[in-house]
Amino acid sequence: MNELLKSLTEAVGVSGEEKEVRLLIRDLIADHVDEWHVDAMGNLLALKKGTGASDLRVLVDAHMDEVGLMVTEFDSNGTIRFSNVGGFDDRALLGKVVQVGPKKITGIIGARPIHLTTSSQRNSVVKADAMRIDIGAKTKDAASAQLKIGDKAAFVTEYEELGPTAIGKAFDDRAGCAALIELLRVEPYPFDLHAVFSVQEEVGLRGAMTAAYAVKPDAALVLECTPAYDLPNKDDVSPSVALGKGPSIYVMDRTAIQDPRLVSHITATAAENDIPFQIRRPGGGGTNTATIQRSRAGVPTATIAVPGRYAHTPAMMINLSDYANVVKLAEATLRSLAPNIIQHSS
Amino acid sequence: MNDLIKKLVEAYGPSGFEDNVRELIRPEIEPFADELLVDALGNLIAHKKGDGSGLKVMIAAHMDEIGVMVSHITKEGFLRFTNIGGVYPHTLLGNRVQFADGTIGVIGSDRITERGAVHPLEKHFIDVGAASRETCPVNVGDAAGFLRPFLAQGTRLSAKSMDDRIGCVIAIETLKRLSETPHEVYFVFSVQEEVGCRGAQVAANRLDPDVGIALDVTTTGDVPEARPMAVDLGKGPAIKVKDSGMIAHVGLVKIMRQRAEEANLPFQMEVLEAGTTDARSIQISNGGTAAGCISIPCRYVHSQSETVDANDVENSVNLLVEILSKPIVL
Repeated sequence: MNELLKSLTEAVGVSGEEKEVRLLIRDLIADHVDEWHVDAMGNLLALKKGTGASDLRVLVDAHMDEVGLMVTEFDSNGTIRFSNVGGFDDRALLGKVVQVGPKKITGIIGARPIHLTTSSQRNSVVKADAMRIDIGAKTKDAASAQLKIGDKAAFVTEYEELGPTAIGKAFDDRAGCAALIELLRVEPYPFDLHAVFSVQEEVGLRGAMTAAYAVKPDAALVLECTPAYDLPNKDDVSPSVALGKGPSIYVMDRTAIQDPRLVSHITATAAENDIPFQIRRPGGGGTNTATIQRSRAGVPTATIAVPGRYAHTPAMMINLSDYANVVKLAEATLRSLAPNIIQHSS
Repeated sequence: MNDLIKKLVEAYGPSGFEDNVRELIRPEIEPFADELLVDALGNLIAHKKGDGSGLKVMIAAHMDEIGVMVSHITKEGFLRFTNIGGVYPHTLLGNRVQFADGTIGVIGSDRITERGAVHPLEKHFIDVGAASRETCPVNVGDAAGFLRPFLAQGTRLSAKSMDDRIGCVIAIETLKRLSETPHEVYFVFSVQEEVGCRGAQVAANRLDPDVGIALDVTTTGDVPEARPMAVDLGKGPAIKVKDSGMIAHVGLVKIMRQRAEEANLPFQMEVLEAGTTDARSIQISNGGTAAGCISIPCRYVHSQSETVDANDVENSVNLLVEILSKPIVL
């Protein structure tokens, strides 16, 4: 059992309220870094000093936050209206168990039972604003005695391993956090490594923006968990990325074009070390690369991701060898990151 | 100037992959710049020193062009692709694209069952002559630019990526002709404008200029059934007042207009309803910058035959030289 992935994914850290995850990570890295601090946004920044061989400043980012819900209103019957924190497909919410507020009160996003629905109701999508969280309270007062408006809710999923795969919530991006923790636990790099466990990625790449501004790196690497859509399909369409085929390398998404020189460095490093990799299908999505890349006078940035099925739902699935290979590839990429790689030839 | 225009517009340079364009521009400006720098994102920045009495002025012209990126290769060897920047589906069918390594592809589309219908972008594909996925010379993630030779007919100049290589040409010519200036002028040949004015953002962060002027194309209202717009081809550079991303600095607009009038240069006032330029990124960088834009009227923007008028190009250079040669009092 990968205890790191278990503890990180079972912790709760909806965007804007990442403290539980941050405290967990702080304790996991404190003995392996030279200094750490928490900035005004709640980002955890840690410095692992290098051997002195290179004076590059390198930032490695993984975001601590996960998508979730927020209490917005109590109905007279004691059920709770909510809003989303981060992006959801409304269909992923219905009938799910959530943990609400600091006391982690169990609630259910209620669904009308099939016995009581008409065929037209069954064939239409229920919108999130028609859903309620039910904590078993009978009245508005009973509900508001236990929870406050603004309290956040997260999914409840116990981490499990099934052969080569792991199931859990919030692999996006606790898998990245776990990988970054592993990168801090090994021998020093030639340069100072600035680890950023960032906040509020899911609501617009916000935490990494201030962290990158503060760190002023020469280059950056983002560790992510990227949606895999690789189930059998009758059409000849490629999966975005597939489980078990290795770390996923970003080239371009909606928010950023990754630094081509770093992308080449990563793919060459993978080839040299016999690590499988896959180019993530260019197109939608976005990572902290967008804000790190464009902080101050610009930062060459690239993203390596663990492929994960069913992102932004209560139950994601990753392949443990993909995860291990992300750690291996990220470490090899960093150890061989020489200044000439990010210098422009003309 | 046509030789330089031809060289630049025919070069490969989709957003994020501007190295070839930068390599062509660098030798053109090297003899005229006091210092040159390529930043982390690939912006080429040329500094022309002033006499110490003026402002710090950033001129931005973007090197990148719209293009496509391969997202999937079918087992038969056809390439599905996604857009880099604003690519219109109706400009695709039958056109040709070129990859960084020189590989050329023609664009086809899924069968059109309804006459006159245009498929969305995802129903098009690129054929590079490969017989299978295994023998395809291109990979997922490879970027391509459109392929189209430069055409000069009288004063009308047509090409792909006139947006914004013509701005680059104007910046190069201005740097060459600008003998003395009171200002510290930084000519920024920027990257990634077509995907959100990203390069100019970091260049402006670095330079922290007092004034920013973008050089970019704008649409015109002078073709059949055009969206009404008071900008015509050949009637002079367009001084931007507003577009959908920026309201130009009022004082800077006034100075641009005044310099054009003093020098008897033709000009037009531009209000662009859809689109923006690097001036937007410059305007809201750091603590804010007085920003404006000299626009080159251009027909068929974001097609493979973007068309400008040579007189507008010449007068844009003249106007910019006038602006940079004299004091700027905002």
